[in-house]
Amino acid sequence: MCAPIRIDCMTESAKTEVPALRGRRALRGPKARVRPRVSVFGVLGELLITGGVLVLLFLGWQLWWNDAVMAASQSRAAESISQGWVEDVKPDPAPAPAAETGFGDPVVATAPGDQTAFAVLYVPRFGDTYKRTIAEGIGTNVLNSPDLGIGHYPGTQMPGEVGNFAIASHRSANGGGMHLINELQLGDAIYVQTADGYYTYRFRDMEYVPPSAVEAIAPVPHDPDGTPVDRLIALTTCNPLLSTAERIIAYGVFESWQPTSAGPPTELAALLPAA
Amino acid sequence: MYAAIWRLMPGPVWVRILLVLVLLAAVLYSLATWVFPWVDTMVNNQEVTVGVP
Repeated sequence: MCAPIRIDCMTESAKTEVPALRGRRALRGPKARVRPRVSVFGVLGELLITGGVLVLLFLGWQLWWNDAVMAASQSRAAESISQGWVEDVKPDPAPAPAAETGFGDPVVATAPGDQTAFAVLYVPRFGDTYKRTIAEGIGTNVLNSPDLGIGHYPGTQMPGEVGNFAIASHRSANGGGMHLINELQLGDAIYVQTADGYYTYRFRDMEYVPPSAVEAIAPVPHDPDGTPVDRLIALTTCNPLLSTAERIIAYGVFESWQPTSAGPPTELAALLPAA
Repeated sequence: MYAAIWRLMPGPVWVRILLVLVLLAAVLYSLATWVFPWVDTMVNNQEVTVGVP
């Protein structure tokens, strides 16, 4: 059944090809003529299609596959560093003495060296299991690291300090530490855990600024000469999604602080693995 | 080009299909393991910070 059809096709193509053939090609036997030849344009076309597929594959890898791999690894790293701090304090399970009256002014640590992890960020609005390590510096060695992911702007204030604790992370790819930043709603909790304790911030407002707007991370945002009174946190990342045309800034206002020995805030404790 | 590769492969059609799948898996694995991470460092223009040129 197949064989006659193939022969027909061969003779058909041979017939139609003959007038088009010139010179040496026309002298080749019929067998050589019917075999599909490798043409320059054919190879070029296939290479172009391959290139297009490769670009799409890369984007898929960057935005989903590697993003998920990095997010999982950054989350694991944050969990381990957080548990380390909790265990360091465990031998002293003194009942919180001042739970009713608060713990006074928050402890403010000094900024560590570049690429050194010093805090863990929890934002329940980003997901119940969301946690990321905050390290000093905003280079790719921090932001693209499988163990870190969130960078603290050097020179800006530290957690709990009067002024602006400014941090940056990717919006998409490389773990996308601030992928859902646009979902934040007024009053949403933003927790920062350090070796000293837990700092609770409440989301206040969102800003869209040009990439040059360094005044957004000033101690008093947009007032570089102002004297800071509030203790703020500023989450910065790129905007819109998948673009770097703008920056989106989410500000939070400091609400309370409690030392590691007092345990995490109730709302956060529910999200943490049982100690 | 791909037709030539197909012709160069040995065996009946099902062996060739199996070979194609194995080759494809090998290509995808090396892309994800070595090529894409390298490309990522070359084209990384995902600036997320303010005030840094």
